[in-house]
Amino acid sequence: MNVTATDKETAGAPLIELKGVTKVYGVGSAAMSALRGVDLRIAAGEFVAVMGPSGSGKSTSMNILGCLDKPTDGTYAFMGVDVGKLTRDQRALLRRNYLGFVFQGFNLLNRTSALENVELPLIYRGDSRSVRRTRASQALAQVGLTGWEHHTPGELSGGQQQRVAIARAMVTSPVVLLADEPTGNLDSERSREIMDLLTTINRDEGVTVIMVTHEPDMAAYAKRIIRFRDGLIDNDRVHTGGV
Amino acid sequence: MLWNAFLLALRELRRNKMRSFLTMLGIIIGVAAVITLVTLGGGATQQVTQQIAGLGSNMLMINPGKQMGPGQSSGAAPFKLADVEALERDIPSLVAVAPTAGGSMTAIYANENWSTKVTGTAKSYFTINNRKIRSGRIFTSGEVRSGTAVCVIGETVRVKLFGSLDPVGTRIRLNKLSCEVIGLLEPKGQSSMGTDQDDLVVIPLRTYQRRVAGNSDVSMIQVSVRDGVSTEKVEKEITQLLRVRRHLSSNQDDNFDVMDMKEIATMLTGTTKLLTSLLGAVAAVSLLVGGIGIMNIMLVSVTERTREIGTRLAIGALEWEVLLQFLVEAVVLSSFGGIIGILLALGSSVLLAKVLMVPFIFNASIIAVSFLFSAAVGVVFGFFPARKAARLDPIEALHHE
Repeated sequence: MNVTATDKETAGAPLIELKGVTKVYGVGSAAMSALRGVDLRIAAGEFVAVMGPSGSGKSTSMNILGCLDKPTDGTYAFMGVDVGKLTRDQRALLRRNYLGFVFQGFNLLNRTSALENVELPLIYRGDSRSVRRTRASQALAQVGLTGWEHHTPGELSGGQQQRVAIARAMVTSPVVLLADEPTGNLDSERSREIMDLLTTINRDEGVTVIMVTHEPDMAAYAKRIIRFRDGLIDNDRVHTGGV
Repeated sequence: MLWNAFLLALRELRRNKMRSFLTMLGIIIGVAAVITLVTLGGGATQQVTQQIAGLGSNMLMINPGKQMGPGQSSGAAPFKLADVEALERDIPSLVAVAPTAGGSMTAIYANENWSTKVTGTAKSYFTINNRKIRSGRIFTSGEVRSGTAVCVIGETVRVKLFGSLDPVGTRIRLNKLSCEVIGLLEPKGQSSMGTDQDDLVVIPLRTYQRRVAGNSDVSMIQVSVRDGVSTEKVEKEITQLLRVRRHLSSNQDDNFDVMDMKEIATMLTGTTKLLTSLLGAVAAVSLLVGGIGIMNIMLVSVTERTREIGTRLAIGALEWEVLLQFLVEAVVLSSFGGIIGILLALGSSVLLAKVLMVPFIFNASIIAVSFLFSAAVGVVFGFFPARKAARLDPIEALHHE
């Protein structure tokens, strides 16, 4: 049941590699192709923004990258492991140990303190209570929320809630952080704070960040921007300009 | 993990206190009803058994006519004193024989009157029926033979007619008969059939026949069988003797009935036990309904918390971990309901036992069974919603609403 991707990681191999990935929803005449043969490589430590109009396949590819979904055809190798061949629970273990998720709607547990929210992934990892407390407090400190541990989401601003969510994603020290429109529900000031935080995480912790966004301003924080159109990568360029 | 799941479940149930309580209510009522009914039923059964034992289990009652049920019989010629004498003479296995005749009458003392049961009988009546004298004396053989106007009264009659006065030595009137109260019976309480065993006046048989009824009939004969002798065998002997005395040819049915108190005891305890299990079963159905209530709320909860489930799955929760979380929630809900139900049942059975005048017997096994059953209800009815939660597609769940 244990998925130890690191064993299979070979020097120089990309962290993420999609080869001819297609995704078809439905069957027969109702079938709809969301991805139509996507090739993509992402190396460790990159900060990638994924853009594209709705229906372009960017969400589908994020789901596949996040091991929430399997490709219909083609292969997805994450740290050298063929994700398409894994069972549902094996993919869950992959997510638990190597991936962190940040959502547009924060997805925090209501009426549950910030600390307990951040502890959640550690509970599933089976960490002891004292380890959970320490690590969750550290993660909250990392996102600048020291002193807010015992506030519930309802008592926090949107920006603070998203930072709790980032702390929850980071508490397990993931290899990849997947952010699905992390600033979609925030005003521009808070959005900038979140983007700064993600940039810091990418730069200082070496965590690979993959972020879906609609806003060019936010995408500008990334070093690389990938644009989807009609189920294919339309444009993939390394971004050099500053903020 | 299990302990964690338990804490998570507690936290979740605390969030929705009102809803949790209402969900538990079905289980609470079910468990409380089952335990209360079974406990009271057990008490009633024990009471019946004890009372029958107090009656003297070696007692046979001989009634003219065919017995239809306790105390009812179809008409047939009554016995005579000669039949009683024949029984005493010819069947050596009988320790005591008591002829009785009686009816309902109004007893009057000063300005008080009370309608009671008057029984005319012999001295042996007191031994056979296990009646003891509290004060005064029972009648002498001489009084029985001569038909003297004396009587022994029960506690209820004393209370109704005399209040706090000492009745022994006074005279009461039974219809037109004025008789002297010579003794007061030790109280015996309610019988298993619910009649007051202390609401009676006992007088010598001859007194009753001559001065009340105006005939020489014996309406029932009570006999006591010697210890160690089978009552079935004696029953047969009595039947044979009485058939001869009543001139029945072999193709005629008995026109009298010999009733064994042991049979009545078995019948009564059987009935009480059957009733208890029937009522218990009805109450158990309400436990089942409570379980369905839990399933309902758990399904609502799964739908409401779809996004949360999606988040947990995305974070890396395995299918069985989500299943366990919801299953534990359902079990915590139902077993907490069970515990509250048990406490409620203990309170109500103690109270109801007092009201119904039935002994309270603590029944640990039914409590254990009810608790386990309520927990099992949680497992069974929590499983479907929990599986539904565990099998959610994380992508769809994340984008729910």
